[in-house]
Amino acid sequence: MAETAVIAKKEKAPIQFGKKERKLITDPLNDSNPITVQVLGICSALAVTTGMKNAFVMSIAVVFVCVFSNILTSVLRNSIPKQVRMIVQLVIIATLVTIVELTLKAVSFESYKALSVFIGLIITNCIIMGRLEAFASGNRPWESALDGLGNGIGYGIILLIVAFFREFFGKGTIFDVKIIGATSEYFINTSESWLFGWYENNNLMVLFPAAMFVIGIVIWVHRSWNPKLVDVS
Amino acid sequence: MELVNVFIKAAFIENLALAYFLGMCSYLAVSKTVKTAFGLGLAVIFVLGITMPINWVINVFLLGENGIFGMDLTFLRLILFIAVIASMVQLVEMVIEKFSPALYNSLGIFLPLITVNCAILGGSLFMVAGEYSFGESVAFGLGGGFGWFLAIIAIAAIREKIRYSDVPPALRGLGMAFILTGLMGMAFMGLMGIDPNAF
Repeated sequence: MAETAVIAKKEKAPIQFGKKERKLITDPLNDSNPITVQVLGICSALAVTTGMKNAFVMSIAVVFVCVFSNILTSVLRNSIPKQVRMIVQLVIIATLVTIVELTLKAVSFESYKALSVFIGLIITNCIIMGRLEAFASGNRPWESALDGLGNGIGYGIILLIVAFFREFFGKGTIFDVKIIGATSEYFINTSESWLFGWYENNNLMVLFPAAMFVIGIVIWVHRSWNPKLVDVS
Repeated sequence: MELVNVFIKAAFIENLALAYFLGMCSYLAVSKTVKTAFGLGLAVIFVLGITMPINWVINVFLLGENGIFGMDLTFLRLILFIAVIASMVQLVEMVIEKFSPALYNSLGIFLPLITVNCAILGGSLFMVAGEYSFGESVAFGLGGGFGWFLAIIAIAAIREKIRYSDVPPALRGLGMAFILTGLMGMAFMGLMGIDPNAF
């Protein structure tokens, strides 16, 4: 008589929103922030942050693509053969980015024109590919969705901070609301104000190298505030 | 002579890493030692030099209106370019794994991330916008790769030396690399005014 092996039934962990899941969202905001700690997603952080509106639209797009590509990859993770893994992931990301691009084109054509090339370059955004490889290929859909959400929001926060400094000191506006400048359209008119008459916009902030400096200083502040991160890379 | 102009323009005047800041993720993460930077730079030259001509062929013969399908299929450009780049990177990964396992291990996750390196896709899109011929696209690919290679070697060398300097603890490492790259970018902006046809 053949011995029947006793196969222990693996208990499926329940879907819940407990402490571990909350950590998946809050960790990328602080301890493992994609831009300042994991060094991912830098290219678009440099190019898109010339204005806060563009940065905001870009971060929403990245959150969307990150969450849904994580979910899709996690659902398919056991059926993708190892050799074509990267190409399947790229097709998933490319499809989602096309959806985002067409939605943006329909909802807000002005933003679409402002962001033109960079919506397409979300495909090459290291955050999305990096999270797919590091997390979603080995975890369940619910956790992967939360991880994507956390990373997207962490990316968005840094983007908005950098865009704020670059836009305010480079052009004198915040979200296209004119705050300080040389003509009478601005809230504080430097050619007539006695307190701010000396102020001129810093044109370096609009160029690419300034984004590098601003992000460098953001990293400095972030690591001074969170001493666990010193010397992490 | 035209090819040399394109090469010099791609390598120095419109450097992919320092003038357009493409490919920053791998650039900043792998540039801690000159050795790994050297390996990654060579891989990028190789991938750019091979994918540029292939993408040129695809762009002209498959997607254009004079191509074999006779229709304007340029909306497929991004997906096809990415597919070609992904296959070439897979090939490079297999070659490196066989010939130098140490380099393969030290590059870690950043070797497959060359696929999503903005420099490769961005370089191909520049080639399309610049409407280069076949020879020029090869020169552009090799020049772009060479420029990226120079940039990453330069910053790796600086980072190795600056490890012994008195940098504030919170700025050490990554923060310093950002500021250094910004300074190098500003320096390269000085080259932007050179007319490449002067050579």
